[in-house]
Amino acid sequence: MNASVAPISAVNDFVIKFANVNGTGSASANNLFAKALFRMGLPVSPKNIFPSNIQGLPTWYEVRVSEKGYLGRRGGVDIMLSVNPQSMADDIREVEPGGYFIYDNTKALDLRLHRADITFIGIPLTAICNEQYKDPRQRQLFKNVIYVGALAALLDMDFKVLSGLVSDQFKGKEKLILPNIAALELGHQYAKEHFNCPISIRVETRDAVGDSILLDGNTALGLGAVYGGATVAAWYPITPSTSVVDAFDKYAKRMRINAGTGEHNYAIVQAEDELAAIGMVIGASWNGARAFTATSGPGISLMSEFLGLAYFAEIPTVLIDVQRAGPSTGMPTRTQQSDVLSAAYASHGDTKQVLLFPSSPAECFEFAADCFDLAERLQTPIILMTDLDLGMNDNMSPPLKWDDNRTYDRGKVLSAEDLDAMERFGRYLDVDGDAICYRTYPGTHPTKGAFFTRGTSRDEYAIYTERGEEYEKNMLRLMRKWETIKEYVPEPIMVPASQPTDLGVIFYGTSEASTLEALDYLADEGVNIDGMRVRSFPFNDDVEAFIEQHDRVFVVEQNRDAQLRTLLMAEFEFGPDKLKSVLCFDGTPISARNIRKQIKQQLPGSNVTPFQRRFRRAQGGAA
Amino acid sequence: MSYQIPKFRHPELPKNQLGYTKADYEGSISTLCAGCGHDSISGAIIKAVHELSIEPHKIAKLSGIGCSSKSPTYFLGKSHGFNSVHGRMPSVVTGAAMANRDLLYMGVSGDGDTASIGLGQYGHVARRNLNMVYIVMNNGCYGLTKGQDSATADEGSVSKKGEANPFSAIDLPAIALQIGATFVARSFSGDKEQLVPLIKAAISHRGFALIDVVSPCVTFNNTPGSTKSYEYAREHMEATGTVDFVPMHEEITTKYDPGKTRDVTMHDGSVIRLKKVDDSFDPFDRLSAITALEKSRESGQILTGLLYMDKHSRDLHEALQTSRTPLNQMNEHELCPGSKVLEQINQSLR
Repeated sequence: MNASVAPISAVNDFVIKFANVNGTGSASANNLFAKALFRMGLPVSPKNIFPSNIQGLPTWYEVRVSEKGYLGRRGGVDIMLSVNPQSMADDIREVEPGGYFIYDNTKALDLRLHRADITFIGIPLTAICNEQYKDPRQRQLFKNVIYVGALAALLDMDFKVLSGLVSDQFKGKEKLILPNIAALELGHQYAKEHFNCPISIRVETRDAVGDSILLDGNTALGLGAVYGGATVAAWYPITPSTSVVDAFDKYAKRMRINAGTGEHNYAIVQAEDELAAIGMVIGASWNGARAFTATSGPGISLMSEFLGLAYFAEIPTVLIDVQRAGPSTGMPTRTQQSDVLSAAYASHGDTKQVLLFPSSPAECFEFAADCFDLAERLQTPIILMTDLDLGMNDNMSPPLKWDDNRTYDRGKVLSAEDLDAMERFGRYLDVDGDAICYRTYPGTHPTKGAFFTRGTSRDEYAIYTERGEEYEKNMLRLMRKWETIKEYVPEPIMVPASQPTDLGVIFYGTSEASTLEALDYLADEGVNIDGMRVRSFPFNDDVEAFIEQHDRVFVVEQNRDAQLRTLLMAEFEFGPDKLKSVLCFDGTPISARNIRKQIKQQLPGSNVTPFQRRFRRAQGGAA
Repeated sequence: MSYQIPKFRHPELPKNQLGYTKADYEGSISTLCAGCGHDSISGAIIKAVHELSIEPHKIAKLSGIGCSSKSPTYFLGKSHGFNSVHGRMPSVVTGAAMANRDLLYMGVSGDGDTASIGLGQYGHVARRNLNMVYIVMNNGCYGLTKGQDSATADEGSVSKKGEANPFSAIDLPAIALQIGATFVARSFSGDKEQLVPLIKAAISHRGFALIDVVSPCVTFNNTPGSTKSYEYAREHMEATGTVDFVPMHEEITTKYDPGKTRDVTMHDGSVIRLKKVDDSFDPFDRLSAITALEKSRESGQILTGLLYMDKHSRDLHEALQTSRTPLNQMNEHELCPGSKVLEQINQSLR
């Protein structure tokens, strides 16, 4: 140990990053590490930073440990665990001064990479594995487990928790338990014998997680769809949404197959493309089943035409968008919130789509189940906007909840008896004055209630017409329906500052954790800001009031073009000067440090010009 | 605009077993051109369903975009209809059929809708063997946009524009056969004798049933040089045999020469009686159907009739083991696992 800067000293508050090669089995070992800390009662937030590739390229796993419960990305790395020579130079550079670089020293470190301000800890992982194991695959897999064992010693983790976790994970494959525990012990022992354990960064058991769970958002969505009564899932594989339907499949197999007859109370169709996937969802929903699809940005583009039909013909549609970095193929395995505008106004003509923005697995579960009620009640597409960060990473979350007294809201659907009791059925007649009309399922009544669903204009009785006044009347009703929708979608969550302030910040989805952390930092520095987490589009009146009540409102989002800010300006007519953007679009989750920095640059009196305006000036445009 | 057919009907119109007259299966007055082949196909659909005594509301009719896709307005007015997106009818039917397996799904499309933008979905709905009737009203041209050649126009065929089509034609039945369709037929809108029993057989078939119907466009493609004109079709039609359809509740009374006929019992108990014209052709042999199609194409003939049928067809619901109770009739009791199970899941995530 040879650092020229004092080593970082921390208990239960640090960032550790694993630099691996993808396809080498590192993911399960890294998960084991994070989950063990979680079981020690410590809030953790692990994030996969992985390439769009199957085998051989650099991949990272970053774990934030925070006893205070900060779950966003902090920024910076205190401990780097490196087993990938490809990325070693960059990985060394990334370590904070005073931090640690733990690496496989079977091959000596290139001296040119040495840094005097960090501590290097070499463990001959390859040599240990070569000595212990003959099978090449075992050598590769156990290398990962061995470094977890070494970390347990270096950080003073509870070894019993680790070995208990291994036993849990391999339930049903008992043969694997002992070899894995032996590998953990190998690493543990090596570290104990060769280093002063623990190092200056370490953990202590706490009770800081309560009844929380550790779960990825996509699994929560798939499970939410099972609970919400989805029976038809039609989809086309696309990263990072694929595991949503995988989870639906897994839980449906477990809970929706009749044990006696083998009959499935669900149907999953892997479509030929996203065009077909959304078509199947629309067909199934039109026919009275709860149906959904999951996709990502490119899929949203492909589905846009059908989304216009569903909006105009008023067919319930549930669509999950797990966003990734665009445009085009973009960075398929990196995160962004960049489909907001294309989803909100999806399709040609005057269309507006309902969006929901969950920010935790518990909310993914809740919104996924609620989506079906909302879609059937409101007879329009509901697009659940999540992202890769929430979808594919384990997130600490409140437990999932279900009220057994809950019944599904199937919306305004007429039965044969209803039809018998009425004079004439009009599919697009606004009977109740809320701009939501009654619908019928095919096959309901021998003579009444049949109508023709179409994307062409029609009158209140679903009869084709090109009369301008009929068309306009219908479009205006859809506008009134938009107002009704505001009463049903989730309201924003307010996070008031401890003191009255003229500053506000709006955030949504996965920007939540980092924003809340940044607000704490800023409050410590005397800058108080009221927070509001927007959870849906259309925005309801509270959102407008919040902006009105503050002189300056920051809008935090993970895209280049400040898409939610654009949406706020389009819907409410606030001027651009009032809404200040805080943006991150490099494909990594936005960090608390980044948010703090950008907000400070745009505080009243600050003379830092926002980057978009700076960019326009540099190009010679009007500022 | 849609114009409704006057309500008045002759009181002695023949009724089917359910007591419905043919009028109960009609739709609005057609706004297609006078003489359009599509209207004859609508008529054949009405006749077939009426004679089969299917309750009108137990049918869902779906289409894409185009002249053909407008036609569901003109038949089965008591059935729910869905005029979807160009070329995307198959996906909408797939979803609908997953939601409720108890309805009859009648998909109507055209050559533009199916052979161009919809070729992908056409192929995939066929290979999944969705239980549906898929009727292509095939006129070799785009009517609503004024007569461009479509992908089924034969090479060298000359439409009203006067230019010979330079591209080879997509043969929809041949594609369906290659992809694994379990019921493939071709007919001509001007031959109701053949078309009506084929539609009935297609309805009785469990699985994907294609009927490609040559249906001349009187406005843009009924010219002397066109291979999709009334005249050309009448002169070049060549049938694989004749098909009689006997619903399950009727006794077979007509006698045929046993060497020349073959009775096939369908999944629902109905019987189709096939009368052969040529011993070399076997409609239960896919290879024989493909060969016959290619031969007729080479000689410039239009091969019609039942081209292929798989008697052991397994539809998508069977493949997915979907519940007998339609999925759209299930509620929270059948579908929601409840809070206890959820608590176990929570526990496994700690």
